[in-house]
Amino acid sequence: MMNEILNMNGYGLYVWSSFMFTLLSFGTLYFVTKIQLNKELSNFEAKFKNLDIDKVEIAKKQEIYRGILSSTSTSKI
Amino acid sequence: MLNYFNPSNTLKVINKLQKFIFALFIAVLILGLFEALVLSPEDYKQSDSVRIMYVHVPAAWISLGIFSVISILSFGILIFKNKNFILISKSLAPSGFVFNIIALVTGSIWGKPTWGTWWAWDARITSMLLLAVFYLMFIMSWKIFEDEKKSIKLSSYIAIFGLINVPIIKFSVDWWSTLHQPSSVNVFKETTIHSTMLMPLGIMTAAFALFSILIFLMKYHTELLKIKNKGLDRL
Repeated sequence: MMNEILNMNGYGLYVWSSFMFTLLSFGTLYFVTKIQLNKELSNFEAKFKNLDIDKVEIAKKQEIYRGILSSTSTSKI
Repeated sequence: MLNYFNPSNTLKVINKLQKFIFALFIAVLILGLFEALVLSPEDYKQSDSVRIMYVHVPAAWISLGIFSVISILSFGILIFKNKNFILISKSLAPSGFVFNIIALVTGSIWGKPTWGTWWAWDARITSMLLLAVFYLMFIMSWKIFEDEKKSIKLSSYIAIFGLINVPIIKFSVDWWSTLHQPSSVNVFKETTIHSTMLMPLGIMTAAFALFSILIFLMKYHTELLKIKNKGLDRL
C-alpha cells in the first residue's frame, strides 16, 4: 500500500515533486510574509514606546492605532 | 459603500480572521491532500500523473483570478483615487505571483511524462508565462520608484494592460491548436470531469483560495502598519 502510494505506477517522482514544490512555495511565502509583518509590528512598538505621553494619548484616540495596538504587546503598557 | 472598506474597520476584521483562516486552511489542505493523493482514482490514459492536476489547476485558476481582481481594482485606483484599492492590490500580488509560478512549474513537471517535454511554446503555457511577467512588473513597479505617485500610476497601467492577457489564457485552448486539452470544468457548459476527480479538485481549490486569503490578510496588515509607522513619525 505504502509502496504503491510512493511509486504511483512509475509517476511518483513527478507527482511527489509537484506536491513538494507547491508546499515548499506555500511555506516560504507564509514565513517571508510573517517575518515582514513581525518586523513592522516591532517597528511600531518601538516607535510607540518612544512617543511623548501627549502623543500617545493622541494616537490612542485614533481608531486605527487602537486596532494596531490591540494586536501588539504595547497595548499592555 | 467605500467607507465599509475603511482601513480601521478592516484591521479589526483582519486580526480576528487571520488565525481562523489559518486553522481552516490546514484542515482543508490535509483533507484535500488525502483526497488527491490517496482516494482519487488514476486516469485511464495518464495513470497517476493526473494527480498533478490537483495542484496545477487550482494554482492556475487562483493566479488568474487574483490578477483579474488587481486589474479591476486598478481601474478604481485611476478613476476614484481610492487608496484602499492600492493597498488591496499590493497585498494580493505576491500570492498571485507565487500561484502563477506553481502553475508553471507543476505544469512543466506534468508535461514531461504526458507530452515528453518539460517545456513547449504552446499558447496556454506562453500566455501563463506572460502573466508571470506582468505580475513581476507589477511587484517591481513598487520597488523601483521612490515617488509613490509614479508607482501607483505605473502599477495600475501594468495591471490594466495585463488584463488583455486574461481572456487569451482562458480561451487559448479554443482559439489555437495547443498541447493543452479544452477545459473540463465549465460554469456554463457541461463539466466533463468525473465526480471522483472533481471532488479533490474542488477541495484543493478551496485550500488554495484560503491560503491566498491568509497571505492577503497578512500583507494587508503589513502595508497598514507601514503607513501607520510613517504616521507615528508625523504625530
